[in-house]
Amino acid sequence: MGIIRTEDLTYIYGEGTPFRKVAIDNINIDIDEGEIVGVIGHTGSGKSTLMQHLNGLLKPTSGKVFIDGEELFADKSRLKEIRFKVGLVFQYPEYQLFEETVYKDIAFGPKNMGLDEAEVDRRIRETARLVGLREELLAKSPFELSGGQKRRVAIAGVMAMEPKVLILDEPTAGLDPRGRDRILGLIKEYHAEKGTTVLLVSHSMEDVARTVSKILVMSDAKVFMYADRSSVFARADELTSMGLTVPQVTRVFDRLRAMGIEFDDEVFSVDYAKDLVLRLLEKKRRHTVD
Amino acid sequence: MIKDITIGQFFPGKSVIHRLDPRIKLLLTVMYIVMLFMADSFAGLGAGILFLLISFLLSGIPMKMMAKSIKPIVPIIIFTGILNLFFISSGDVLLEWKFIKITSGGVTTMVFMAVRIVLLICGTSLLTYTTSPITLTDAIERILSPLKVIKFPAHEIAMMMTIALRFIPTLIEETDKIMSAQKARGADMETGSLIKRAKALIPILIPLFVSAFRRAEELALAMECRCYRGGEGRTRLKQLRTAPRDYFAVAIGVAFIAAVIVLNRFSPI
Ligand SMILES: Nc1ncnc2c1ncn2[C@@H]1O[C@H](COP(=O)(O)OP(=O)(O)OP(=O)(O)O)[C@@H](O)[C@H]1O
Ligand SMILES: [Mg+2]
Repeated sequence: MGIIRTEDLTYIYGEGTPFRKVAIDNINIDIDEGEIVGVIGHTGSGKSTLMQHLNGLLKPTSGKVFIDGEELFADKSRLKEIRFKVGLVFQYPEYQLFEETVYKDIAFGPKNMGLDEAEVDRRIRETARLVGLREELLAKSPFELSGGQKRRVAIAGVMAMEPKVLILDEPTAGLDPRGRDRILGLIKEYHAEKGTTVLLVSHSMEDVARTVSKILVMSDAKVFMYADRSSVFARADELTSMGLTVPQVTRVFDRLRAMGIEFDDEVFSVDYAKDLVLRLLEKKRRHTVD
Repeated sequence: MIKDITIGQFFPGKSVIHRLDPRIKLLLTVMYIVMLFMADSFAGLGAGILFLLISFLLSGIPMKMMAKSIKPIVPIIIFTGILNLFFISSGDVLLEWKFIKITSGGVTTMVFMAVRIVLLICGTSLLTYTTSPITLTDAIERILSPLKVIKFPAHEIAMMMTIALRFIPTLIEETDKIMSAQKARGADMETGSLIKRAKALIPILIPLFVSAFRRAEELALAMECRCYRGGEGRTRLKQLRTAPRDYFAVAIGVAFIAAVIVLNRFSPI
């Protein structure tokens, strides 16, 4: 049994009003510890709703959620404890900053966990380094930072709680390509360094493809599939009909393969594509020389 | 939770009540309130109840929304009830203990006032359930516009109300989101002493204010970009026009007021 498991999880917004909306419908997932998973789906497919169930912010209309083998809402007094295990970074997390200094804001989570000063300080410095915030920024007001910096402060605030599962809901929304690359890079680094489970919600396949190893595809409140990258992209046509796209490079290389060029790996990122092309060219050159 | 606040919530629909001219609906609401305050007998209040039930049935709004709208004012009802019960000394003495004296007059007034407040809230909620805030402020602007002659800023006030109303759901949603985000960071708003709980509000209020100011600024900018210059010379997309059903509704309202007057005459409390 994985670290995150759900059983027939269903959630309905506005039950009993004209705005009734089934946001997630009979979700059964099982995610192993240490995995880095991309959660993808079109707008309104229920990604955020599902994520909020995983740390007990929303109570299921029906069904169950298990974190680390323990059922959420079985014992309400344990809820806070479990919440510390599952760190959730919301969409546009910079709007939750409130403290006078970046340092204090990152300290909010760890302090709520009841850690002592020294430990809180250690964690702040460590996560600040992880997300690439310079020391002198720690004394600044979070409201004086740039959008991308604010975003990284907010992410650090959750990382500093050292959760067993880190969930990031659209961490790259509204950032420019450089800011996006930075955030994705730091998520990958965090995962490599800590080895904890990471869930990355996004509707950009490009983002997900080069960051994660497994993908959970949601469509119309249901799980469409949960599998590793290449098996998901193998169903490109179905993804396209759901309004999702396979990364451009992957499509290009699929075509190349269809045209008879031989190579073994799946291609998910431009950097990797570059290496592959260079390698292939090198091989070809050697062929012709021989 | 915070989502359960229903005052001011609009339930889109196509019923007769929904389609009434908003100015007429406002007028009818005022007439209904007058009716409730004129009634000084239970029979008169009965007429009010009848009027409310008919309107609710016609509107197609589920009856339980009525109960939902009353929920937030239960403390007020209880408070006024207790005041009436203890401080009115007319009629027979029902109970006397030390300095507390409960009389039949007190009991009657308590029930009467409670029913009146409930009717008042239910009726006015029906107005907001069936009229979108935008139409409502439109109506208010039209009603107030004759006062423009004496430099009364009718349009500006209506615009301010529209904006305020427009942002209530947004702010509620925002509050919900911020609360969730802080809870995810281990904020605890439900336990502890009063002071602790008040302190726990800081992480919510600060981001909320920051975002409210940001939104206000963005909105002002967006309005200016579209050359908003106040009400001078503005035409509207949706003209308000009265239809025969509006006059019919007013006639019914008048009939009910007349009925209340007659009932007062014949059946005092
Ligand atoms: N607080 C709410 N009240 C009512 N309905 C909601 C609420 N939040 C979400 N919904 C509805 O539930 C459905 C799923 O929403 P959710 O936010 O989980 O989607 P999402 O996959 O995260 O979308 P996005 O990619 O746009 O963030 C949507 O149809 C949405 O309209
Ligand atoms: Mg979302």
